[in-house]
Amino acid sequence: MKGKTILSSVVEVPAALPRAWPRPRLRALFFRPRGDSAAKRLLIHLALWAACAVAVYPVLRVVTISLRPANKLLTTSLAIIPEDATLANYIELLVGRPGRPTEFCLWIWNSLIITLTTATVGLLLSATAAYAFSRFRFPGRNAGLIFLLSTQMFPAAMLLLPLFIMISRLGLIDSYLGLVIAYSVTAVPVSIWILKGYYDTIPRDLEEAAMIDGASRLGVLWHIIRPLSTPALAIAFLFNFMSGWSEYIVARIILHKREMYTWPLGLWTFTEQYTVLWGKFAAASILVALPVTLLFLYSSRWLLTGLTLGGTKE
Amino acid sequence: MGALTPEIMARSLAQVLGFLLAVLAGLALLELHVYLLVFRRPRSRPAALFTRAVQVGLAGLLLLLFLRFLDRVGLIADLAAAWGLTSWLSAPERLWAAWSARVGMPWGWLLPALALLLLGGAIYVGGEPRPSRLGLAYLLILPALLGISFLIVIPFLYEARLAFSNMAMYTAQNPEFGLRYGIENFIKVFTGPVAKDATFFEVFGRTVLWTVINVTLHVTGGLILALLLNRPMRLRGLYRTILILPWAVPSTITAMAWRNEFDFRYGFFNILLRNMQQLFADLADRTASVPLIDDLFAGLSQAVGPVPWRQDPTWAFVSVVMTNVWLGIPFMMVVLLGGLQSISPEYYEAAEIDGASKWQQFRHITLPLLRPVLVPATILGTVWTFNRFEVIYLVTQGGPQEKTDILVSSLYKAIFQFYRYGFGAAFALVIFFILLLWSILYLRITKGLRGIYE
Repeated sequence: MKGKTILSSVVEVPAALPRAWPRPRLRALFFRPRGDSAAKRLLIHLALWAACAVAVYPVLRVVTISLRPANKLLTTSLAIIPEDATLANYIELLVGRPGRPTEFCLWIWNSLIITLTTATVGLLLSATAAYAFSRFRFPGRNAGLIFLLSTQMFPAAMLLLPLFIMISRLGLIDSYLGLVIAYSVTAVPVSIWILKGYYDTIPRDLEEAAMIDGASRLGVLWHIIRPLSTPALAIAFLFNFMSGWSEYIVARIILHKREMYTWPLGLWTFTEQYTVLWGKFAAASILVALPVTLLFLYSSRWLLTGLTLGGTKE
Repeated sequence: MGALTPEIMARSLAQVLGFLLAVLAGLALLELHVYLLVFRRPRSRPAALFTRAVQVGLAGLLLLLFLRFLDRVGLIADLAAAWGLTSWLSAPERLWAAWSARVGMPWGWLLPALALLLLGGAIYVGGEPRPSRLGLAYLLILPALLGISFLIVIPFLYEARLAFSNMAMYTAQNPEFGLRYGIENFIKVFTGPVAKDATFFEVFGRTVLWTVINVTLHVTGGLILALLLNRPMRLRGLYRTILILPWAVPSTITAMAWRNEFDFRYGFFNILLRNMQQLFADLADRTASVPLIDDLFAGLSQAVGPVPWRQDPTWAFVSVVMTNVWLGIPFMMVVLLGGLQSISPEYYEAAEIDGASKWQQFRHITLPLLRPVLVPATILGTVWTFNRFEVIYLVTQGGPQEKTDILVSSLYKAIFQFYRYGFGAAFALVIFFILLLWSILYLRITKGLRGIYE
């Protein structure tokens, strides 16, 4: 998810799709309108159907596998609804079997705790700085902005070694805080970047008017900027949440104990013995992916808006 | 074992909330004292004496704590030991231990915080307001500055220092630092194996190939879909939503699911290939009487068949590329669709009146006007693909025999599988410089930074 940020902050992506297409009205009477023939329209729809099939099928396969009963797990059938479809995998994940309580809920809980904390810390450290970057011309500002932009160009794995050593020397291996710290490395610069873009779009006249009326800079910040920036804070929060939520690589080196696992690590233990636990893996994937995917689809417009703001020029 | 209980929930919540509260309180106290430094001026000579004494004392304490932090994480441990500073640096820590043992926990924290607050109050009372143009900016920047220094700057310096050390599995506790080790490490990056067998240039070549193939396919696929979607049509919103799906589903899940689909026997791709083989064989049987067609189908049934995705290096590479292409197209599609929609339809109308063909319109209107979106998208896409090894790690784990590793995944292996820390740090710096070179090139080409100064 991190990778998805900065591009839109450089490229300007129109936030919302225009509703109605501008249609040539009067001119259409005199010239051939820019419409497509029926055959061409059919072809386009067919092509898009094919593309949609490619986009959806792998996801559907996971659904299929999650519904397979244990004794029919290994099959070469390609049917979407399997024979003897059952929800047993889901039930086992959520409730567990007698004598074997489920670990799945614990993993989800760990993930929730870690990502929510990371998102909070990210906002806590970045919100005020983003405003300063947007409004003040202090020495080091341009260097700071270039620095923030360049942090997006380098892989998270770059700093993994020193971070790992520092975290382990501080005794934070196998703790929530260790992973929160590691995730904040990307969350803080990204949040500053998103929020700065948003503050840039708030007209300065608003603040200037308030200051002429005798408000202090701090008062302006509290009474005008803070209420206005709620949506941007929400976007940045969501962004940090989403990027931490399904992270695997960093979690793997910080968390070793099974009861500290986040869900990606937990799911991996299922895939390692995929022939046995394939159904369980698939069911867990669906349970985890469903809310996040819906959230993403629902919020994608705002996410893009938030990112676009990073590139807005005045 | 392993179930989620109310006790676990309470414990983890307490831990995390305590952490957040500590961060918040620490920041507040720091902000208070920086505010006093910037915005208050002592009113009288005794007040000035008091104020400056407190401020110098606090600054000294902070410096000491900071050095102790660096010592504790190992960044300057060897220097501190060499200069006999270790016991000095750990003095506050020992004091703290004695203090908290005597006072007990909530007050152990609350009393020092209260003392700092009172000192701040005293300085405030003894001072008068001082105008400062940029003071507020520094106050606002402070939290991020601290965060970035501890999260990015210090780790980076640490990495640079580690590159000049012999730190590895057995020397993890007390590594030796020296120019000699650094030179050795950097030479090893280019001459020796980077993870276990693969050499730097082999992996670098594969990284370039991986990047070029992926970005080309992402952009082509994204552009085709965007062009198809960029017209008034029924079901447009539905198509768009469905086509974004590969981006919306957490990529960890996708990568693990695809990994299973590359299973030789039960994976989707081999089932499909096997079915096709069967189909061609059947067709060959049916058309046995027709001479040429029969040979064609027989040949096809020979050519098509299940593929050893896991064992064969080439097929393993194909499998990771397939996964990553599937994952990456929606993003390009959305970005390019945005670009296409900002092109005014009037250009096309004018071109049509002048009798331009569709291809000419695409070549001379769409492409040039899409350039401002296309160029940065491509170049940044390149950087991410170069860096993105999660997919590789989850689908093939770089196997078989490191034949699908790219630079970053080799780095990860060198450090966390083979515990070659000093070497890994040097390797990371080499990758850093490659990316730096590329970024500078990118900025030169696109003048991409023009916008950020406003």
